[in-house]
This record gives sequence, structure tokens and C-alpha cells, in this order.
Amino acid sequence: MTKIIEKDTIIGKRVRKMDAPDKATGRTRYVNDMVLPLMLFGKILRTDRVHAKIKRVDIEKAKAVPGVHAVITGADTPDFGIGILKDNPPLKKDRVRCIRDEIAAVAAETEEACDAALRLIKVEYEDLPTVFECEDALKDGAPVLHDERPDNIAMAQYFDHGDIEQGKADSDIIVEGQYNVHYVTHCNMGVSCAVADIDPDGRVTLYSQSQYPFIMKMDIAPSLGVHPGDVRIVQPPVGGAFGSKLDVYPYEPICVLLAQATRRPVKLIFSREEEFIASPTRQPVEFTIKAGMKKDGTLTFREVDTLLNNGGYTSWGATTPYVTMRTITSHYKVPHIHYSARAVYTNNPFAGSFRGYGNVQATWCVETHMDKMAEAGGFNPLELRLINANEPNEITPQGADLGCIDLVGCLEQAAEKSDFLVKWTKYQEGWDGNERYKRGIGLAASQHNAGGAKIHKSDGCGTILKMDDYARITVITGASEIGQGIDTVIAQIMVEELGVSMRDVTIVANDTATGPWDVGVHASRTTYIAGKSAQRTAQKAKAQILDAAAKQSNVAADTLDLRAGHVVQAADGVVVMPLDRLLRQMHFAGEDAQLVIQSDYYEPPTEPENDKHMGDMSAAYSNAVHVAEVIVDTHTGEVAVETVWSVQDVGRVINRTGLEGQTEGGIAMGLGYALSEDLKIEKGIVKNPFFRDYHLFTAPEMPHIDMTFIETMDAEGPAGAKGIAELPTIVIAPAVGNAVYNATGVRIDHPPLSPEKVARGLYEREQRMRQAAE
Amino acid sequence: MPLQVDVTLTLNGRETTVAVPVGASALTILREHLDLAGAKLACGEGECGACTIIVDGQSLNSCLMPAVDLAGRKVVTIEGLWTADGIDPVQEAFIEHGAVQCGFCTPGMIMQIRYLLDKNPEMTDKEIRRGLEGNVCRCTGYQKIIDAVIVAGRSAAA
Repeated sequence: MTKIIEKDTIIGKRVRKMDAPDKATGRTRYVNDMVLPLMLFGKILRTDRVHAKIKRVDIEKAKAVPGVHAVITGADTPDFGIGILKDNPPLKKDRVRCIRDEIAAVAAETEEACDAALRLIKVEYEDLPTVFECEDALKDGAPVLHDERPDNIAMAQYFDHGDIEQGKADSDIIVEGQYNVHYVTHCNMGVSCAVADIDPDGRVTLYSQSQYPFIMKMDIAPSLGVHPGDVRIVQPPVGGAFGSKLDVYPYEPICVLLAQATRRPVKLIFSREEEFIASPTRQPVEFTIKAGMKKDGTLTFREVDTLLNNGGYTSWGATTPYVTMRTITSHYKVPHIHYSARAVYTNNPFAGSFRGYGNVQATWCVETHMDKMAEAGGFNPLELRLINANEPNEITPQGADLGCIDLVGCLEQAAEKSDFLVKWTKYQEGWDGNERYKRGIGLAASQHNAGGAKIHKSDGCGTILKMDDYARITVITGASEIGQGIDTVIAQIMVEELGVSMRDVTIVANDTATGPWDVGVHASRTTYIAGKSAQRTAQKAKAQILDAAAKQSNVAADTLDLRAGHVVQAADGVVVMPLDRLLRQMHFAGEDAQLVIQSDYYEPPTEPENDKHMGDMSAAYSNAVHVAEVIVDTHTGEVAVETVWSVQDVGRVINRTGLEGQTEGGIAMGLGYALSEDLKIEKGIVKNPFFRDYHLFTAPEMPHIDMTFIETMDAEGPAGAKGIAELPTIVIAPAVGNAVYNATGVRIDHPPLSPEKVARGLYEREQRMRQAAE
Repeated sequence: MPLQVDVTLTLNGRETTVAVPVGASALTILREHLDLAGAKLACGEGECGACTIIVDGQSLNSCLMPAVDLAGRKVVTIEGLWTADGIDPVQEAFIEHGAVQCGFCTPGMIMQIRYLLDKNPEMTDKEIRRGLEGNVCRCTGYQKIIDAVIVAGRSAAA
């Protein structure tokens, strides 16, 4: 009897996450849970000054504490900085520049011994003049933080397109604005942690939470005095990362330096308070914007100057303007553009990268301002956006080809599903009413790279595939699983091509010693790039398998297919032979070894941004539109978000459950940014380094989320997919801000929209109304 | 060495005796002395719920509980939910309904839900959300977790 297997697909289905069973049963051991034989604990002494010369560090008493194996300072470690500008030595020798600065570190048998030793280290300082605001740091005679940059400017970017004066002349309406976006921090549930181990030949193994293991080797090695090739990065499961682990931060080299000093494995783990104080933040930005349009709503120019509070050192925060620039120049069609960004050293803590990297800030500015412009021109918010929306294959002022985007579709569907225009018109009629609770609806749109981002020589990822005698697949990928679900996506792609089941796939990753190169988890790139790499590898394997099957059955390979563990006839699904039997025959036939296939996607069709900021950096671009409906308590200023309608171009859905989870989680993070999260830094000191004073969204506060995924089927992406993970975090905050305005007539320019700010805004509006009436 | 006392408790159904340094938290003893690393240390101050365990039928933050107070108590941790009968319906629902991302909050979240469902398998959406107020998740936005609670509750009611 002939057996027939119909063609089936796993793309777009709900697939359970491969790491979920171990995580749900408590079996998963995170970096934070790791214990190695003879392991010591490490701890860091941080400064209590924000700007001071280090006169003397006395470690003698600390060294004498029982159980202490080593105490190290900047004096006995390699003199080499880390970070983008290499301006941050892991242990500070001469000077501290912000409150998180590392002075000394201890390795001891217990954490208690570490604490006892830290208490006995005496540091003598000579305080230096301090500066905390960008504007002050740019003044003549301001304290200089780094002598090699006497103007306190860490990095600067400028971009001009068209003729800004022409743009102004063409304008019927010009709207100006100032938006200051604030400090927030990642709040990974798993605090920062590293375990370092060295071997007698001096080679280093670092168990790290890194999101960019292969480049990290190069970035960390000089601060350790070792060759990058002698650094192995292993990534055990992590309790969240969200961009926070895209750079080397001082605790990691310090952990290795302690292992070198003691010849023992050392584990260094933060307290939650330390996590708040000594992790990178999202980059705060001060935007000054002027933008114009004609009477018909066509945008004429956009002039944006930004200042970034860089803090004491330079990590990825200072480079967020590259992404901000893309939004300022290219989100909507604007013929004339001016953009500038200056990252200014201050005695504040410094910023790193954080999901949505530069675009969260930019989109707050652009989308808040678009609503103001719509009002000034007599348009509704949807109308003005539709008039100026980018269309497919638009070439942006920076030379990006937007490809198969569907911003118009996102806008129209979001408005239709939320009944936006009817509600928006109705709710703003209630501004002057006496109801305690006022309802509002707001809309925001966003644009982001969705096909990698060429910021290194290769934006690629490699894949190695092994198929054994039982048709079980092992995939070694360069991609990093950080909880986002890439292992599952890669397995689905393997299943789709090779006709096996999810259970048959094992993903091996997260070790630079076994994995092929990958740039890292950032820029919403991993599904696109690592997924494509996996797909190419699977297709190569499939071709080899079908060739072997064709030889055996005397048919052409292209008439065959792989389905449900069998070789079948592609046309009718008639089973030719079981896949495992074929693989065993290939293995033992003498000619072919066990099937091991290597392939990659090292050259996506992208180009790096040149020194004029031109370049098509991503192989795909995407949009999301969010509509938020809120209820404002006018007595307390509290804002409750009731419903969010999310419409996003995802290219193609790969794992529907994972995609929804990324969207919902991204919205939660963005809502925190909009409403509740605010890392308060006063005179360089973090004032609220605890969960009780830094409010993350909890389950009762989350809105109902209605998700729509538009499938534009990207021609290059794996199975048509695009990257998706950052857009939900990028776009939600201005939608909420616009909704609060629609509810109350109160415009809050500077997030978060805390009850205090909203209540003050309501009070001031009432005063204005009263005065106007008199 | 700090002063130690022997503490005997029923841990995941088995009588267990452990030497407890005075001042250690229940979480420290579970993780470092009993190799039960499922409960997580994420804040150490009772604000996030990642260390939630069930003691005598009551969920609590083990980071705030003195380990000496475990004496004579019935303690269930995440590791105790996988028994000879299989995994707990809450674990099953988490796995199948996308409630796990990075997973660091997951053990505490599941223990809190086990406790809530033991009290009331048919909670309303609002009751579920209120019940999870003390458990922070940075990844999921909570919806998939809430979906999992509803599914697990249904299987308990059936």
C-alpha cells in the first residue's frame, strides 16, 4: 500500500519555545546560578564621589581579611580602557568621573569576606568641580572630564539634506518643540553576573551574559592583557538582556582580572541596588525640533538638534544618534532636513544600548510633534500621517531603500480596528467637562530597520548542521538565545526545509569555541540574519539528501521532497523511503561521511553608513502603528491604558506565539517608559535604585492588547520574515502621550507621564482657561 | 564560622535536615545548601517575587524568610512540582502558551499561580492580575502568563 504524506508547514504556527520545559521546571541554570569547583566570589568597591582625583588607595587591611585571596586596583591591572572610545579603564587609577566608578576589587571564599574586605579599603580623594547638565558642560570654563576632549563632546553627528532655508520658505506653518526624554534602565530580572576561569596557559573562559560574544573577545582582551584568540565566551541562559550586554562593562574584565590574580574561578554578581547604579541606562536626549508644512499638509522641512547626556564614559549610548538620525531623516517624507547630535560628558552615570536603541527617543519626538503639527494645520492625526507616509521602495535621504514596507496599511488598519477617528473626535470634546475620569485615544507610527544593520565588516551569522543516523538534527548557530526565542525560530526553519519534527532538533549555541561567527543580538536582526543562515544551511543539506535519494531511486532530485521524516515524491506525496534509512545508507556507503553541512549568511545585501551618513544599512525595513486608549483620573493625574491596538509589518509570521510574546513584552516595556519608569539622577547620584521606587509595569496595569500582523513577505528574509522585536517598544509611548492629550488637552512633552506631571498639567490648563475667561 | 542550627522540614514531600547559618534566608539555604536553584534571587527585598515558594500552603518571598523559620514546615519549591505523575498543569500551560521568555521570573510566577489556583481554580481576569501583582516579569507583558493561568485553572476544574 502506498503511503502519502501531504505537504504541511510549520511557518506561522504556534510553536512552543524549546527552552520552556527546563525553565518552567526550574532546571535551567543561569549564569547567576553557576558554581564551579574551587570558585571564589568577587566584589567591586565603587566610589562615593562623582568627580575626584584618587590620591591613595590603601588595600593592606583588606588583604589581611581571612578568606580573601586577592585585592586588585587600577595600579596593578593593564592600563587599557573599554567602551566605544576606550575611555573607561575597568579599575580607575587616577580619577573617578561618576558614581558607579570602580576603585578596587576583592576575590574571597565567601561574599561575606568580600564585603568585610571592601569595608577596610581606604580611599583618599581630592574632589574636583562637577557638571551634570549638557548645557553647563558645553560652557567655556566647564570642568573637563577627559583631557583628550577639552570641549566635553564625546561624539557628534551632523546630517543635512536638501536646503533647510528653502524648506522654511516653502512652509505655511512651522511648529517648534522641545522634548527631553529621560533615564530608564533595563531591569533585567537576572542581575549582572560573570564567572571567569583561566587555565595554566593563561587562556580565559568567561561565562557571560553577553549579547555579542564574538566581537566581545576583541573588545575585552586588551583590558586583560591577553590575545583575543585566547578568550572564550560562553553564554549560559540569561535572565534578560534587552541590549544591556552589547558592550564590555567594567565588571567583566574585573572578574577575569580576579581569576588571573587568584588562579581560581571567580564569580562576580551584582546586588539589585548595584544593578540600578552600575548598569548602563537608556540614553537621555534633549531634542529641539522645528518642522514645517504646507497648507495641504505636505511636510516641508525638519530641523532637529539634540544633546545627549553622555555621563562619565562612552558606551553605545553615544552612538544612538545614528539610529535617531534615521528616524528624523526618514520617518515620513521630508524634503529638507537638518540634524545634529552631540553627546556631552558629564558626571552622571553613562548610557548603553537598550531595545529600540535611539529610536525610542526619536519616535517620541517625531510622533508627539506630528500630532502638534496636525492640530496646527487643522488635520486629524491619521490624515497628516497618511499624507506624508513613506511608500514601498522609497529611497530615504540617507540612501535606504525601504523595500516592501506598508506604513499606509498599518495606519489604516490601526485606525479602523480602534475606531480611531470617531473616538478621537468625541473625546476631545470632553476637555472642559467636569467628569473625573476622561477618556482619550492616541496614535503613533514608527519605522525601524528589520533586516539587520551593517555596523561591522560583516553583518552575518554562520550555521553548522549535523544529521545523525536517526534523522535527528543538531544545529550549531552563531546566534545568541537570550530568552527571545531564536533557537525555536531556527529549529522551525530547519523543520520546514528538512521535513522533521521540532522534537528532532537540538540547538547548540552560545559558545564562541563551537559556534561560527555572528555579530550579536541587536537591531532586531537575529530572526532575519541567523534565520536566513539556518535556511541556507538547511537547503544545502536538503539538496545533498535529495541527490542521494534520487540516485537510489533513479528519479530526478527535483521531483522529490522531504516530509514528516520521509523522502516523498513532491507531486503527490507518495513515500519513497524513510529519511533515517537514507541517512544511514549515506553514512555507511563509504563515500559520504555523516552529514555535516556548513553554510552562512555573511553578506546580506546591505552597505555600511559612510562618513556622510549615507548607506542602505539594512536589508529590510518595517513599520508599526499603535493606537492607545487611556482613562485619565483628573483628580490624581493617574493614566490607565485600557486598550492598545498594535498593527505591525512583520514580513511573515514565523512563530505566532513568540511574535505575540515579543509584541506584548515590548509594549509593557514601552508603557513603563511612557508612564512609570524614571531613574532619578540628582547631582550624579541615582536616587531610586530599588524596585519599590522604580516602578515596572505589573499585571494589573497592563492593557488589553489587540495585535494585527501584516505580512509583506520580504523577498530576502527567511520565509519572508522581517525583524520585529524593537518596534513595539519604540512606538507605544507617543501613542499614550497623544491619547492623554486627546483626553485632557494637556500636552506632556517630557516623559514619563507621571501622575504628578499630569496633575500639574491639568491644574495649569485650568488656570489658563480661567484667565482666558476673565 | 557563623553559628549554625539544624533545621528539619518537609521539602517537596521529603523530610530534610539542613544546617542553617543563623541569619541566612530561606532562599539562600534552598539555593546554596540544598541545590534547589529554581527559586531566583532577583532583588533580595521582597519586591519582585522571583523567589516565591509555598510554605504550609501559603506563597511567600523566600528571600525575606529567615531559614530557621522553615523548621517543621511543609515547603514546596518549583522543583517539587514535577512528580511521578508528571509536571504540574501550571508548568504545562506555561510551556504550551508562551508564558516563558527569559524564564528568570518563571519559577516564582508558577509557584504564586499554584498557590492562587489551590485557593480558587476559577479566578476572574481581574483576580488573576491582582494575584500576580507582586511578581514582576520584564519580558512577556504578562498576557501569556494570564492565558496560562486560565488554561491551568480549567484543567484543575475539569
